[in-house]
Amino acid sequence: MNKLAYENIDETIYTNQLKNGLTVFLLPKPEMSKTYGVFSTNYGSIDQTFVPINGREEITVPEGVAHFLEHKMFEKEDRDVFADFSKQGASPNAYTSFTKTAYLFAATNYIEKNVETLLNFVQDPYFSEESVEKEKGIIAQEIEMYNDQPDWQSFTGTLRSMFHNHPVKVDIAGTVDSINSITKDDLYTCYNTFYHPENMTLFIAGNFDAESMMNLIQSNQDSKDFAKLDAIKREFPEEPKGVAMKENKIVMPVSIAKCTVGIKESSGELSEQEFLEKDLLQSMIIDFYFSKSGPFYKKLYEEKLIDSSFSFETNLEKNFGYSFIGSNTDNPDQFAGRVQELLKSTYDATFTTEEVDRMKKKKIGQLLRAMNSLEFIANKYIHYHTMGIDLFKLIPSIQSLTVDQFNSFVQDWIQDDRIAVCKIVNE
Amino acid sequence: MDTTVEDVTHENGVNLHVVPSKKFKTVTITAKLKAPLSRDTITKRALLPYVLQQGTKSFPSRSDIQLKLDSLYGAVLSMGGGKKGNNHILSIRMEVANQKFISNESAILEEAMALLNEVIFHPYSENGAFKQSIIDREKDTLRQKMSAIIDDKMSYANMKLIDEMCDDELYKLHVHGYKEDLDLITPENLFAYYQTVLREDQLDIYVLGDFDSATVKEKIRSTFHRNENRVAPNEKKETIKELKKQPNVVIEEQDIQQAKLHFGYRTHSTYQDDDYFALQVFNGLFGGFPSSKLFINVREKNSLAYYAASRFESHKGLLFVFSGIAPNDYEKAREIIELQMDAMKNGDFSAEEMDNTKELIINQLLETMDNTQGMIELLYQQVVAGTERPPQTLIDGIKQVTTENVIEVANKIELDTIYLLTGKGGESDE
Repeated sequence: MNKLAYENIDETIYTNQLKNGLTVFLLPKPEMSKTYGVFSTNYGSIDQTFVPINGREEITVPEGVAHFLEHKMFEKEDRDVFADFSKQGASPNAYTSFTKTAYLFAATNYIEKNVETLLNFVQDPYFSEESVEKEKGIIAQEIEMYNDQPDWQSFTGTLRSMFHNHPVKVDIAGTVDSINSITKDDLYTCYNTFYHPENMTLFIAGNFDAESMMNLIQSNQDSKDFAKLDAIKREFPEEPKGVAMKENKIVMPVSIAKCTVGIKESSGELSEQEFLEKDLLQSMIIDFYFSKSGPFYKKLYEEKLIDSSFSFETNLEKNFGYSFIGSNTDNPDQFAGRVQELLKSTYDATFTTEEVDRMKKKKIGQLLRAMNSLEFIANKYIHYHTMGIDLFKLIPSIQSLTVDQFNSFVQDWIQDDRIAVCKIVNE
Repeated sequence: MDTTVEDVTHENGVNLHVVPSKKFKTVTITAKLKAPLSRDTITKRALLPYVLQQGTKSFPSRSDIQLKLDSLYGAVLSMGGGKKGNNHILSIRMEVANQKFISNESAILEEAMALLNEVIFHPYSENGAFKQSIIDREKDTLRQKMSAIIDDKMSYANMKLIDEMCDDELYKLHVHGYKEDLDLITPENLFAYYQTVLREDQLDIYVLGDFDSATVKEKIRSTFHRNENRVAPNEKKETIKELKKQPNVVIEEQDIQQAKLHFGYRTHSTYQDDDYFALQVFNGLFGGFPSSKLFINVREKNSLAYYAASRFESHKGLLFVFSGIAPNDYEKAREIIELQMDAMKNGDFSAEEMDNTKELIINQLLETMDNTQGMIELLYQQVVAGTERPPQTLIDGIKQVTTENVIEVANKIELDTIYLLTGKGGESDE
């Protein structure tokens, strides 16, 4: 067990890679009442095409399998895992993202028991034809619920306009049609390939003793057998740099139109260093322009093109990345035009030392604030770890960024063919 | 685990609550202004949080405030209004990185407090009024917020349920206010009303974080000055209308794919009552958790809904059931939900389920206290209810609830209104 002490933020992490390949991180925080545990696989909705474990040929599974699998993990032959956790005073949950599937619990009592339950239920799948059929009704309801939400439509609509082939353009839950074609065998194939300990990470943060926790995890894992896993071969289609459609118009009943401008930030594999720099700069620079102190926000606000629903977000993963700038607006065309015009004005932008300083301070403060949350720490630590980056060393990385790095990033940021627009209108 | 100690002092018209805790890497300061709910002031109070963020005496525009916040290591200022029972609460929050974790910084907290004081007591004004252009603009913002509710079907259905259910009670007042009031609001009358708020509302300030209490208390004392304090008359006790013999059923149609089936009940039990803890346990068993009757029976056993849950309003004594269903499953879902309530009244739950539910509630309480805003809201419940119930008392109270207590409280609950928002074309629609 290795001990990583981070003195500047007063945290200590204990880590270990077990014999079966599982990576474990423990963050004891005795001042908290809660413990949060997350057991995460490096497998999400975009991992649709791959060579299965013990297979030779590449296969493509139906859209929405990762999410379907997540739902089915909670049901066992004789019981429902929710009840197991409930009996131990814990609230379990799970989520599927583009790149991860994670199972988690929060509890204030019976921590060791809950950790064992977490490990055991994820490592003991039970899928039957019957239960797979039953689940289709529940997931179809979930998909229909999202279909009624304009914000979700706007999010997925923007992704579809940006990406030609990359599976990030497909809804995480799939479609009602695609989930109807999912079989028990699809679930087992994906499970056996991607839920191997070698492809998984366990992060526990909160009120417990690190040493006895690590012993418990180790003996739990030693008692189980796993086949040897070679590196998983995943295949992603060739993705052009430019966007798929300049504009995507979706018609649905809304009281106010919505418009999103999407920037296709990345479409290919990034190295560790490239990722770190882009991840930090991309988020700080979009914030600089579009947060409430930002010059672009100010213009949009004064020109009455946005309201309080205005928001922006940015996301970077190993082989894709995007930023969104969106709002409810009475005039989606004007909003889209103006945002693009503003974005293009960054070709020759330069930042002052004060501006860079303020951006760094803000980012550092945001990180510290986010670290109030065990959930944030656990999930983000895993996210960055997958990229070879240590979340707890981000503050020094931010501090070391130079004005030149900001300037060369911003001048290169916007290209005409990497911008797409998605409108949700009522006609 | 930290034990929560809340140090409360009253002076200069402010109730100051200092809560030291090592859990957080930030310091949170929350000011709460409380007044009785009233149709006459609700829209003004809904508009104020938007206006107050637009400028202060020394930071005259929104971007000036924000630049200051950014340079204070991305401090976050947020405001909002909400209903708690028959009170309206304006909350003004500031959260700032604790300088302890940042080298060479020692004045962040002081500056953040000074800024918050400005935002509350010295909003930007010209000749005793807010700025016309800001008022115009923020009225638009609020108007759009009111219009957008219909796009969030769950909130919309909940609002309509309360409209129907609390037709002649204060609680039905919409937290976003009313469009017809907006035209009557002027920069002058809103500013004058805000002066009344500052004079008459009950003001509680909470400070939470890893700090030395005495130092922080002194800083607050020297920063916040409230000139006058005539606390407004307390809320009027309302007599709750007689229940109808038959629950009111309201069905509305819209162009949607998933129907929302919501139920409103009267609990006849509120935060300060002795059986409040039994009500919490009741709700946990009925629909508060994924292990609850509603979730298990509506979603898991019958695959009728993606979500089915219940929640209660502590200060007004209401209980709500929410579910999202396929439009043609209405009758079936309604029957199953009603059966779950009957089961609760008949005590159809095991001792084991009782124990598990109590654990879950205690777990939830403890978790709430690991969150800055959660902790402050939990402590503030006492102010709203006018009772003294520190967190440990809440936990002990839950532990002592018996099966009989739950059955008793269940039998006090009465169904008032069923609201269904469904697809056009009614139940034949697929």
